[in-house]
Amino acid sequence: MPINYYIILSIALFCIGIVGVLTRRNAIIIFMCIELMLNAVNLLLVAFSKMHHLAGKAVLETAGTDGQLFVFFIMVVAAAEVSVGLAIIVMMYRNIHSVDVNFLNRLKH
Amino acid sequence: MNNVLHLAYLVPLFPLLGFLINGLGRKSMSKSLIGIVGSGAILASFIVSVWIFMQVKGGNTFTAEYFNFISADKLTIPFAFKIDQLSSLFLLIITGVGFLIHVYSTSYMHEEKREHFGRYFAYLNLFVFSMLLLVMGGNYVIMFIGWEGVGLCSYLLIGFWFKKPEYNKAANKAFIMNRIGDLAFLIAVFWLIWKTGSVSYDTILPAVKEGTSGLNNTDILVITLLLFVGATGKSAQIPLYTWLPDAMAGPTPVSALIHAATMVTAGIYMIVRSNVLYSLSPVTLNVIAIVGLATALLAATIALKQNDIKKVLAYSTVSQLGYMFLALGTGSYIAAVFHVMTHAFFKALLFLGSGSVIHAMGGEQDIRKMGGLAKYMKITNITFLIGCLAIAGIPGLSGFFSKDEILAGAFMKSPILYGIGLFTALLTAFYMFRLYATTFKGSFRGTHEQEHHLHESPAAITFPLIVLAILSIVGGYVGVPEFIMHGAHSLNDFLAPVIVSVDHGAAHAAGHLSHSEEWMLTGISTALIVIVVVFAWTRFSKKPDTAEPTGFGKILANKWYVDEFYDAAVVRPLNKLGDFLDNMLEKPVIDGLVNGVGKLVNYSSRQLRLLQSGQVGSYVLLMVISMLLIFALQFFLRK
Repeated sequence: MPINYYIILSIALFCIGIVGVLTRRNAIIIFMCIELMLNAVNLLLVAFSKMHHLAGKAVLETAGTDGQLFVFFIMVVAAAEVSVGLAIIVMMYRNIHSVDVNFLNRLKH
Repeated sequence: MNNVLHLAYLVPLFPLLGFLINGLGRKSMSKSLIGIVGSGAILASFIVSVWIFMQVKGGNTFTAEYFNFISADKLTIPFAFKIDQLSSLFLLIITGVGFLIHVYSTSYMHEEKREHFGRYFAYLNLFVFSMLLLVMGGNYVIMFIGWEGVGLCSYLLIGFWFKKPEYNKAANKAFIMNRIGDLAFLIAVFWLIWKTGSVSYDTILPAVKEGTSGLNNTDILVITLLLFVGATGKSAQIPLYTWLPDAMAGPTPVSALIHAATMVTAGIYMIVRSNVLYSLSPVTLNVIAIVGLATALLAATIALKQNDIKKVLAYSTVSQLGYMFLALGTGSYIAAVFHVMTHAFFKALLFLGSGSVIHAMGGEQDIRKMGGLAKYMKITNITFLIGCLAIAGIPGLSGFFSKDEILAGAFMKSPILYGIGLFTALLTAFYMFRLYATTFKGSFRGTHEQEHHLHESPAAITFPLIVLAILSIVGGYVGVPEFIMHGAHSLNDFLAPVIVSVDHGAAHAAGHLSHSEEWMLTGISTALIVIVVVFAWTRFSKKPDTAEPTGFGKILANKWYVDEFYDAAVVRPLNKLGDFLDNMLEKPVIDGLVNGVGKLVNYSSRQLRLLQSGQVGSYVLLMVISMLLIFALQFFLRK
């Protein structure tokens, strides 16, 4: 399958993520959109990794595999981030009985 | 043997240590300890000075270089001390008279609080240190350090009682007036560096004498005139003399040490030190002679009508300094140094005597409220009388010899100078005996309470008086003129190596007077002076001059309105200019610029602040837009 398809899918996912973050006010949905962007990047990394592996495996057995390593790191960090982020959202809900991010602009004062 | 003279640094070191100990320990040391440290430091350097003097008398002169003070490109200025006949003589005067005045101060200043007592002695020691640097320095830069140091100490001590605003004003006046002269001095030093590449006496002066210094006549004229302007500041000559009478705001021992015996003679020392330069510039010498004589006459006329005991002495000091400059201007450098020495003795004596009187009168300085003090203060009376006789020039006392030598020198130059000089001497005799008779003779005119308190001062005050009185009598015998006793002018022989006679100089152009002429001149002046003394004594003993002066006397009492003239001609225009610049330049332009920068930052940050809205969404939007911009930019730049 040509690499273009992966790239287009990835861009679509990323843009959905961005628009979601920009337009939604519910913290949980923003959170999910961020995950979407991360996964768009993951997809891209895996796709390019595969491509480079196919092109270079004649020279080197492990060519292009480091992109997949990155993906694992991102997944680990994302998992940690999710746990922290969800905890914050839970605390936020407990305190203000809402998950609306605009409600939090009181922080600036 | 020469290397022993390297120890010369001990002379200024002791007062410096005294300054540090007294200055740092003024709150924790007892008064007697402060007095011992202060006086002991000067005594120690006096002893070293005597030893150095003995060495020099044995023909052992030396320039000791300790380290490189300034080294820049081709210019090297060593930190050097020059020990020769001239500086060793000044060392003796400074440390000797200085020691006596320190002893005197331990008693005179005893009513001060401990802290101020310590501060006083610290300043006094610092002054002696600076003065020693000035005299011992082996080049003009070291001399300038001392020159500024004594100016600073003078300022600090005039304003010693800083709680009175008018004393602070007097201190400021002295300092600012001195700055004018100092600037001229500094320019002269720069000129020397520019033309000769050196400031050391040992390099410049012999080269000037040989004519290989690279200085042409114009350079010498400018340098000598600038140095002389420096001297008019420090040594209180026209036009910069008005600070000295105001400097009497300081404690009386300070007036004696700084404003009579030592600091004000710095200008004379400097000119004698550079006598080679001056001898090559007859124009400057004429200027010096005229300025000196004019100052002597002007100050003497003002002194006629002053009623403050210290003011009379102050104007007398200005007048005597004018005399010394007259001597310099007529080329009789040795006579000037001679008069510096005798004047240091009798003027310090007179000031300390006046201090003793003020002490007994409980701070009163107006001679119209004194009178008849001879009965109460025997030692002060006798010593003060000796001082007056010495300054008036009565034969046998020190002032006679030095004054006579100056007048003889003036006569050789021009009989007009002699005539005015003699007239000034008569005025001096008159006002000194007006002062003496009004203070010590007649009947007491103060309050009963003051009369009850009148007493002779303690030994720490009378001891310096007695020593100085003896010196005022015998001090003149080192310079007995040739016509009285052949070969008795030992000062002449002693200082001869320092004074370089230049063949085409003005100093010896007029030739020598015959002995009979000298006898005649001395006879005339002595007779006239004695008549004036007797007249003033009898007149003011019977009827003191207590009425308010009128007519011409009023002009004299108001000091010829010179202060008012300076105020109108210099001070007020400067203040006006300052106000003008303040209103037109400072506030709108400079303040506007500075405030404008502040306002700009303030305004722009207030506008930028609006970006931080706290809306997470707007932050993210900005982030995305900026990232897109960066990508786009990169995309276009790649091409």
